[in-house]
Amino acid sequence: MAMMPVNRRADETPVTAAGLDPESAWWLGVLAETGPRQEAALARLHELLVRIARAEARRRGPRVRITGPELDDLACQAAADALMAIIGKLGQFRGESRFTTWACKFAIFEVSAKIGRHFWRHPAVPLDAEDWNRLPDRFGFEPARESEWRDLLAALRRAVDDELTARQREVFVAIVLNGVPLDTLVIKLGSNRNAIYKVLFDARRKLRAALVAGGYLGHDTAGR
Amino acid sequence: MNDWPGLDDFLRTDPQDVGCDQAMEMLHVYVELVAAGAPAEQRYPGIAAHLRACGPCGEDFEGLLAAVRGEPD
Repeated sequence: MAMMPVNRRADETPVTAAGLDPESAWWLGVLAETGPRQEAALARLHELLVRIARAEARRRGPRVRITGPELDDLACQAAADALMAIIGKLGQFRGESRFTTWACKFAIFEVSAKIGRHFWRHPAVPLDAEDWNRLPDRFGFEPARESEWRDLLAALRRAVDDELTARQREVFVAIVLNGVPLDTLVIKLGSNRNAIYKVLFDARRKLRAALVAGGYLGHDTAGR
Repeated sequence: MNDWPGLDDFLRTDPQDVGCDQAMEMLHVYVELVAAGAPAEQRYPGIAAHLRACGPCGEDFEGLLAAVRGEPD
């Protein structure tokens, strides 16, 4: 990936922000100004974000089946929204990394969110049907052991029905049985990634405990 | 006993897992450690546990790492 240099002016305007590398200090200083220098810095930051968002969209593109102008449009929107987020959160940058790494994080997050929204608008699978047939492939069950894993799946299905709350079941079905991307489910449920992950985390823990209790999976062992 | 490693790995949860919010809050720091070859997993085991288990956050990690490695110092 050929990248344009972005940090060439670090020595032009040293800023005395304690603990910051010169380049990060330059970014913080110039972005806090008003006038043409700030405008030029914003343009350069936007250029960086577009480049990062495009690269990230291309990296994910083949898997998410978005191509061409639609993918580029997604990347440009992600960069624009990332720039807005960065401007709004400048005061939260604590200098724990280079400024550009912190800034690029927002471009990556925006690409993620926009791909999730794309699937919400163009679902490849029904969001609420139950497709238990996809599990053998997903978990690498061998055809030769079908009689065994059919018992296992029956036990898993009982545990899904009996052990999970309605919310946990909804999330498990969407993500695990139907392959709905977590970020898409976030939009459908009007939630956030952390909350949905926590619901799935608790569901996984309960289901494993049920399968262990039924003798289908082994107890936790050290070193795994 | 682990006859079904794929299912077992998916269902197994790590109590150190910090969740998406904390992992993403520190992602830029974690990524720079990884890019520098520093022991990021030892320094932030809860983030490492989360990135192993959470597909979307793991994807964001891979994307930011690729960005950092592609950018000049």
